[in-house]
Amino acid sequence: MTDTSLIKIKINNKELEVDKNLTVMQACEIAGEEIPRFCYHDKLSIAGNCRMCLVEIEKAPKLVSSCTMPLMEGMSVITNSEKVNAGRKGVMEFLLINHPLDCPICDQGGECDLQDQAMYYGFDKSRYSENKRAVDNKNMGPLVNTIMTRCIHCTRCVRFATEVAGVPELGMLGRGENAEITTYLENSITSELSGNVIDLCPVGALTSKPYQFKARPWELKRTDSIDIFDSVGSNIRIDSRAEEILRVTPRTNEDINEEWISDKVRFNYDGYYQQRIDTPYIRKNQRLQISNWDETVKVLTNKLKASQPLALIGELVDVETGYAVKKFMQNFGEDNVECRTDNQFIHNNLNSFRFNTPINKIEDSDLIVLIGTNPKIETPIINHKIFKAYNNGAQIFNIGENISLNYETKYLGTKLSELENEKFLKNIKKSKNPIIIIGSSYLNNLKNVHTYKSLISFSHQFKLITKDKNNLNFLNPFASRIGQLLIGNTTKNHCEPFTKLLNQKFDTVLSFGSEKIADSSFDSYYRVYFGHHGDEGAMKSDLVLPTPLFTEKNGIFVNIEGRPQEARKCHNPIGSGKEEWVILKKLSQNLSYDFEPNTFDELREELFKKHPKLFEFQEIIHEDSSEPFVVEDILFEDCKPLKLIENFYMSDIISKNSVTMAKCVEEILDKPLMEKSA
Amino acid sequence: MVNQIKLVLRKEEGVQRMLNTKDKIFQNLHGFEEPFLEGALKRGSWSNTNEILSKNQNDVIEMVKSSQLRGRGGAGFSTGLKWSFMPKDTGKQHYLVVNADESEPGTCKDREIIRNDPHTLIEGCLIASYAIQATKCYIYIRGEYHFEYIQLEKAIAEAYEKGLIGKKACGSNFDFDLYVHRGAGAYICGEETALLESLEGKKGQPRLKPPFPAGVGLYGMPTTINNVESIAVVPTILRRGSDWFKKIGTENNTGTKVFCISGNVNKPCTIEEEMGIPLQELIEKHCDGVDGGWDNLKAIIPGGSSTPMLPKNVCETVRMNFDDLKAYGSGLGTAGVIVVNKNNDISEVIERFSHFYKHESCGQCTPCREGTGWMYRMMQKLVRGEISPEQIELLENVTKQIEGHTICALGDAAAWPIQGLIKNFKSELIEKYNKRNLKAS
Amino acid sequence: MSNHPGLSNTFSSTGEKFVWSKDSLNSIKMIISRYPKDRHQSAVMPLLYLAQEQNNNWISIECIETIAETLNMPKIRVTEVASFYSMYNTRPVGKNLVQVCRTSPCWLRGSNKITNTICKETKCQINETSGDNLFTVVEVECLGACSNGPMIQINNDFFEDLDEENTKIIIDNIKNGKPNKIGSQKGRRSSENA
Repeated sequence: MTDTSLIKIKINNKELEVDKNLTVMQACEIAGEEIPRFCYHDKLSIAGNCRMCLVEIEKAPKLVSSCTMPLMEGMSVITNSEKVNAGRKGVMEFLLINHPLDCPICDQGGECDLQDQAMYYGFDKSRYSENKRAVDNKNMGPLVNTIMTRCIHCTRCVRFATEVAGVPELGMLGRGENAEITTYLENSITSELSGNVIDLCPVGALTSKPYQFKARPWELKRTDSIDIFDSVGSNIRIDSRAEEILRVTPRTNEDINEEWISDKVRFNYDGYYQQRIDTPYIRKNQRLQISNWDETVKVLTNKLKASQPLALIGELVDVETGYAVKKFMQNFGEDNVECRTDNQFIHNNLNSFRFNTPINKIEDSDLIVLIGTNPKIETPIINHKIFKAYNNGAQIFNIGENISLNYETKYLGTKLSELENEKFLKNIKKSKNPIIIIGSSYLNNLKNVHTYKSLISFSHQFKLITKDKNNLNFLNPFASRIGQLLIGNTTKNHCEPFTKLLNQKFDTVLSFGSEKIADSSFDSYYRVYFGHHGDEGAMKSDLVLPTPLFTEKNGIFVNIEGRPQEARKCHNPIGSGKEEWVILKKLSQNLSYDFEPNTFDELREELFKKHPKLFEFQEIIHEDSSEPFVVEDILFEDCKPLKLIENFYMSDIISKNSVTMAKCVEEILDKPLMEKSA
Repeated sequence: MVNQIKLVLRKEEGVQRMLNTKDKIFQNLHGFEEPFLEGALKRGSWSNTNEILSKNQNDVIEMVKSSQLRGRGGAGFSTGLKWSFMPKDTGKQHYLVVNADESEPGTCKDREIIRNDPHTLIEGCLIASYAIQATKCYIYIRGEYHFEYIQLEKAIAEAYEKGLIGKKACGSNFDFDLYVHRGAGAYICGEETALLESLEGKKGQPRLKPPFPAGVGLYGMPTTINNVESIAVVPTILRRGSDWFKKIGTENNTGTKVFCISGNVNKPCTIEEEMGIPLQELIEKHCDGVDGGWDNLKAIIPGGSSTPMLPKNVCETVRMNFDDLKAYGSGLGTAGVIVVNKNNDISEVIERFSHFYKHESCGQCTPCREGTGWMYRMMQKLVRGEISPEQIELLENVTKQIEGHTICALGDAAAWPIQGLIKNFKSELIEKYNKRNLKAS
Repeated sequence: MSNHPGLSNTFSSTGEKFVWSKDSLNSIKMIISRYPKDRHQSAVMPLLYLAQEQNNNWISIECIETIAETLNMPKIRVTEVASFYSMYNTRPVGKNLVQVCRTSPCWLRGSNKITNTICKETKCQINETSGDNLFTVVEVECLGACSNGPMIQINNDFFEDLDEENTKIIIDNIKNGKPNKIGSQKGRRSSENA
């Protein structure tokens, strides 16, 4: 353990006691003294190259860079002297002499560190009468736009790519004034987290390609929301103007995404507006035709009067909608709602299907076993945490497909029974904090619960599960899943729930954003699709009802750890879309079923009454560790995993409709989208 | 001034002290004898190394400390003191790294040691490594010194073969490995932490200090970095005693020193002399004087390109040691003496240095990356007489904006020569501008 | 942007995979053994030299890729190193890379004249390669033989104490396939006073 004892220092003659492990800059911040900086970033290694954070330290002959300077007992720091000011002004002048004066056409304008700090430390006119340096722009792929003349060589992007994204593809070539930031041979950055370099770049050298010349920051309305394109629940900020979303950026949440988000949520927003279902449709003469709410609701009411409906819940569905569906479906009997359309295995409690290790604790592990999962494309943020653990010295083992990740893994084989491989057992016995991450799809074909019980037994045996921790994790990549399971939108079967469901006597299927409705098993059913994007699901349906996107309504999503969070409305639904609960209330009225809530708030209130834990936003729902099964005969069944996500950029209906994501597939994954015509 | 009086006295007495041949440490500096083991043994290298290695490690350090040997690489820090900063008995791998990246313009002394007397260096590496508990040593030699690299590798192979280094070096209980690593054309790698980066297979960009190499050095291990000459004189110091070394030169500026004289002298050369030899004496005696006579002297850069120049009158009195040169606002640096006579434009000498620093800046930190280019471009104009007195002030101001604000000393090194030029020849520079303007109008 | 072949940030391709020769492979083993086990990256500079030697005195993209593979390093890190140091040529150079020292100590003793002579005799400008591919001429910073200035380096060899006459002889000898005396051209052993 590091010694965190306090030491006495002085900052601008004000005495204070701080942790001795801090740097001078951190101590200054505690003392409320703002220190300008460009290269320093608290999530990256210290570079000390911009020299903007110079401070004076008593008895030191030179100014020192505060970001690099460790504290010492009795140190006296001056941050506001004439000398300090002159030093910083000098650095600012050097930064500006070769920086273009193109702020009026720079996307960073208005939120540029260089611009802001030049207000304090810049001269009012340039003393530089030489020619300015021009630097060729570099290709970095379809997401990151580069205007390299603006680069101030802080190397944040290089450090991010290497240390956080784990793709050492960026570097600074050359030296002196010819130094240039580039990717290797100007290839696209291959990380799922590459967009974060845009936020990190303190100037306008790296900006967002899709957002180029779209808006000025002061025109934008900010909405705090969450990422629903994977199950991590990264916190995001959505910037919109009028009825259009123009930009998505991360919000810091140290427990989840720190300050990173995946490229999917950052850039797929153009897909929000493509192929939208903006009006109800009805199938007439084998063709879907434009209809209206009155007609479609009437048709559906009549249909439901004499049928056995089954409801499927999709991957992007909020808890409130799920609750309304459950409430509505109770009128038709039991076991008729299912969100586990991928046959996900679950057992009796929350711990049997969630990611039990808190996301911010993954990095503390010294041994991680990945089983049937590819965290890089399923949940890039979790992959980043595994990479952190790896950098801290953890060994990473892999069972299932032999995938290549951005860190070194030891491949054990395809079978779950490799857990009992002697070499591996030797390692796990030595491990102080082992973690198993098992892709939920790996268990989707389990025939009985014995394998699960064996896993639990195994986990107890090797101290993955103890009184105060549970490191047996199930990774399902879908944002809606945990929330839907929590409110019970599933059938009683542990194994193969969806397959078994199909053997029962239903004749109508109501899909809430689930593309599974297009499955041929439903060919004889009457298909009703509630959703926002017209894809195969809607095309095959008999009735299509437009509903809003997660940015067009409020809604709770429970992340993979069991942490309820709220996605918030940025603008009104496109076209005549109606929230699902409104439609279901209307249908209930028509069918004379009870549906008490009259407003969304009332619906939520009822939900919270039934599930009070959902009310505690941002808190991980606690559940005692799994039953300590003691299985005498640990036996691992062979699993036939399903690849839930094959292509990071095309994992859901929105991303599939995003032009930006399509470009990523072409340029980053190097897959032509269309076969070239002969 | 005290120094002036001393020199005058000595001149009056007619005592022109010249370093006694037998007090020269580098008996084969110019390569007239066999450079390898055969010759080295004759010159006394390796004669009682075993005995030295049987001494207590602290005693070795103390001896070097009391000899008052100061680092020959430029900064002039006490070598013994530097060694004493190394942690003891850490159980970690300690390293000695020898800086043979001799790149400071005006400097070519280590080259002669390496190619003509490599065993002084190899033996020094062994002893120094022993003192700091380093069983491994790397010599980082500049890439352009290809011949010197070959010579050194050959000498090392000899030493291994004869058991002088390697397992149980010289019959002691000390196992010692010595490797040579070639640079590839980057002045900045002469900065000790940039050198470590380079040795680790990265770009030679200086590290942030703290932590210092004695704590966290090569591969994160305790490391001492010394100049070739500093290491190569160690065996002789230990053999002949620190008192012998101390008797040469003056208090705190002891021993012999290899000077390299280049530029406008009649016979440029490298020469081992007593530390503190008067500059004028050095030039008149060893280089047959200034090209065109002493009165044709414009200025002298006393310690490699980064040390500010000395005007003629100072050259007449100053003695070539650390403290005296510092008192004149310059420094001994690497003792690369560059003589400039009146036939050449002193501002172009400095302009070329500015080009050098621009060319060699690693590009890591702002003031140096941006400032060296700015200074060079202004210096170009200055050479052409295109910059006004106000702009000369701006130029000086820019040098001050770089000085002391960078990660390593390259920024300072780039700033000082220009400051020296402006300090000594400002009126001339202004005159140049006025003349040109007069012509133009 | 410098046009010096050793200081460019762009590399050229040969279009063919660079494969280590048998001799190179033996050297690599020896080189790697000088550095600690988990520190193979230290060998990147020696390997760049080795590749350059094998590849007609320049580093191609393929060389970089092979080195990255051999040392298990990211390609960009190898590229950074190759572009940072001036002695790794980023494009093909002539059979004789003539490097003229331009820094003040040599300049004070007439390096300009040497440059002119060389350009005239080799028929190429600075940073250019002669038509017969015999010479590439570059100006370089201080090569560390200041007491023997002016001086040049041709490939690995130093030629010192130059004047226009003896420089011309050196170039002529190369053209005529005659050997040159390395070092001082005025009969000095090294940098002694003579």
